[in-house]
Amino acid sequence: MARVVDKLDVSQFARLASLTPASRVAWMDRLRQRGMESFARQGFPSTRQEEWRLTSVAPIAKTLFTPGRYTGDEVTRKIIAPYSIATEAAAELVFINGYFSPELSSIESLPEGVLLNTLESEAIDESETLLQRHLSRYADIDKNPFVALNTGFLRDGAVIYIDRNVELELPIHVLFLSTPGEDPIVTNPRLLVVAGENSQSAVATTYAGIGEGVYFTNGVTEITVAPGARVEHCKIQQELREAFHIATIQYNVERGGTIISHNATLGAALTRNDVNVNLAGEGAEATLNGLTIVEGRQHVDNRLFLDHASPNCPSHELYKYVLSENASGVFKGKILVRQAAQKTNAKQTSQTLLLSDDAVMNSQPALEIYADDVKCTHGSTTGPLDDQQIFYLRSRGVPLDAAKHLLTYAFAADITSRIKIEPCRRRLEEYMAAQHGLPKDLRIQKAIAHDEPVRK
Amino acid sequence: MLLEIKNLHARIPAADNREVLRGVDLTIHKGETHAIMGPNGSGKSTLANVIAGRETYEVTEGQILFEGKNLLEMSAEERAREGVFLAFQYPVEIPGVSTSYFLRAAMNSIRKSRNEPELDAGEFLKYVREKMKLLDIDSAFMNRAVNEGFSGGEKKRNEIFQMAVLDPKLSVLDETDSGLDIDALKVVANGVNKLREDKSRGCLVVTHYQRLLDYIVPDYVHVLIDGRIVKSGGKELAKELELTGYAKIEEQASDQWLVASGGK
Repeated sequence: MARVVDKLDVSQFARLASLTPASRVAWMDRLRQRGMESFARQGFPSTRQEEWRLTSVAPIAKTLFTPGRYTGDEVTRKIIAPYSIATEAAAELVFINGYFSPELSSIESLPEGVLLNTLESEAIDESETLLQRHLSRYADIDKNPFVALNTGFLRDGAVIYIDRNVELELPIHVLFLSTPGEDPIVTNPRLLVVAGENSQSAVATTYAGIGEGVYFTNGVTEITVAPGARVEHCKIQQELREAFHIATIQYNVERGGTIISHNATLGAALTRNDVNVNLAGEGAEATLNGLTIVEGRQHVDNRLFLDHASPNCPSHELYKYVLSENASGVFKGKILVRQAAQKTNAKQTSQTLLLSDDAVMNSQPALEIYADDVKCTHGSTTGPLDDQQIFYLRSRGVPLDAAKHLLTYAFAADITSRIKIEPCRRRLEEYMAAQHGLPKDLRIQKAIAHDEPVRK
Repeated sequence: MLLEIKNLHARIPAADNREVLRGVDLTIHKGETHAIMGPNGSGKSTLANVIAGRETYEVTEGQILFEGKNLLEMSAEERAREGVFLAFQYPVEIPGVSTSYFLRAAMNSIRKSRNEPELDAGEFLKYVREKMKLLDIDSAFMNRAVNEGFSGGEKKRNEIFQMAVLDPKLSVLDETDSGLDIDALKVVANGVNKLREDKSRGCLVVTHYQRLLDYIVPDYVHVLIDGRIVKSGGKELAKELELTGYAKIEEQASDQWLVASGGK
């Protein structure tokens, strides 16, 4: 007897895509069509698929979305202030409901050797070659339906080029804000960063919501790091509590290049992050740090895929979760060490603090090793606060609650101390401090290296 | 009287309710230093931890009065605020919290409970500078996470440094000499002795070996065997134990029940 598989109905997205004006550039329009076709073929994943077994996207499929409209005139600088880092950034691009907002952005004094543009403008104005060479070359449309969906809506996104040898002192910030109303909206934020040879830069991305309501953010970020270049990327997701946030971050690192990635999740009802790294050249290096702090019934699923495709590459993954109340977390860290990747040195650690009896964590490493001269270590711990540490603090006069708050803060600060993009670190630590009744400017320990060895 | 322990019985619920303390009597007056010695498993560390309020031990009988107040009714943090301090045998590491922050938080918790103004980072450093010199602690040490990657000697020095900063009325030193070489031992002992100069303070030194007591010379020595104090004496008792070992006393204890109350 044939099994009837209940496929989630996703026809609304094709309708929404047709409502979005077609791109004025032929190749981009073709890319969008490819995206939409691939999405129609793949559909939303069901929990019967291994990769999505622990995260159901049915709530998203069941929500009827309307296209987001530009509400930039209703949003003032004062409103975006909690998320803006314009005064400490080389440039800040602000998008409201998927639309670029020139009024709210700060792009006047761009440093030498940096080019910023929205995708559509870039495709039209500048030489298409650079954009065509990189856009959608890294995130695979056919492997992930959400990447396909995002590509089907390509229009206003952001592209950042950093010229070879350029060393940026300040970060570039891209802020994607949603202002949901009574009707749920969907946006497909897109970012492409191309870092030239031997350049050094920092890119911060923030996803947040203003007001109240349901919305769906389906983001794709592609960052390609040329030989010898170094990019530090910090993503902070602070969506409203009822939002759905699905993101794919694809890093491509060439010979001798370095990517330092920080991925913080604080908001949304449902979050899924797919963070993929391709170590495409010898000596390429990747650090993936993650921090998830959730409560209520929030669910966060982080999937890492680290492809050691080249020899002599070091990689370092540290993902931490703080789960309170009925929150649930998932961590799956896949590391593929190809046959050519001799002298791979990969470390993976996932640590979860369960602050309630009802919080649930599911953590899995997945190592696939085909080379024989490699070092691969992985470890995972999940549990409540350490009793001995609590007693140590209490025996010195710190009350029980304060001791718990301090230890929880310290657990999370292990990640934030590794973020060199100061305004990002500060925003996260202020959030953590507020949660624990600790002073805003708390610095309980000094900054540490992005790949500092993990403590127990 | 600083500390009065009467007929203290304690057990470990997680270890099948094994009874570890079986009727301990001990009295410590201000200005006195008492040493508790005993073989492994005698209950020395348990006694120290019960005084500090560790909840893994359950007191089934008996009383502990601290300056006349019922200590057993107080939480660990309340006892710390009253002026009880335990220098741990195995100080735990607290990654992510600098020694400096930790100690300042402890100090301020205690000050707050006494309605004294809290110290900011700068004021705190000024206050502890002298104690840092006493225990040979530099600013690099202060910036490291609590006990993280510390050698045995550094951990014990950190314990006595905390003691110096918090200035407790009663210091309980749980095998402070274990794992220390002679130089580290001297620094630690020097720190303790400096604090002992204040005759309003009291000290309880729990130790397995007599060696520490050459440096921190006690007023009274008690021998704890199988959860009871079976013999008490002056500092010579320690030397005697070193010569004869615990076995002889254990024999004597099982032959005749010697329950001596410590001190006067």
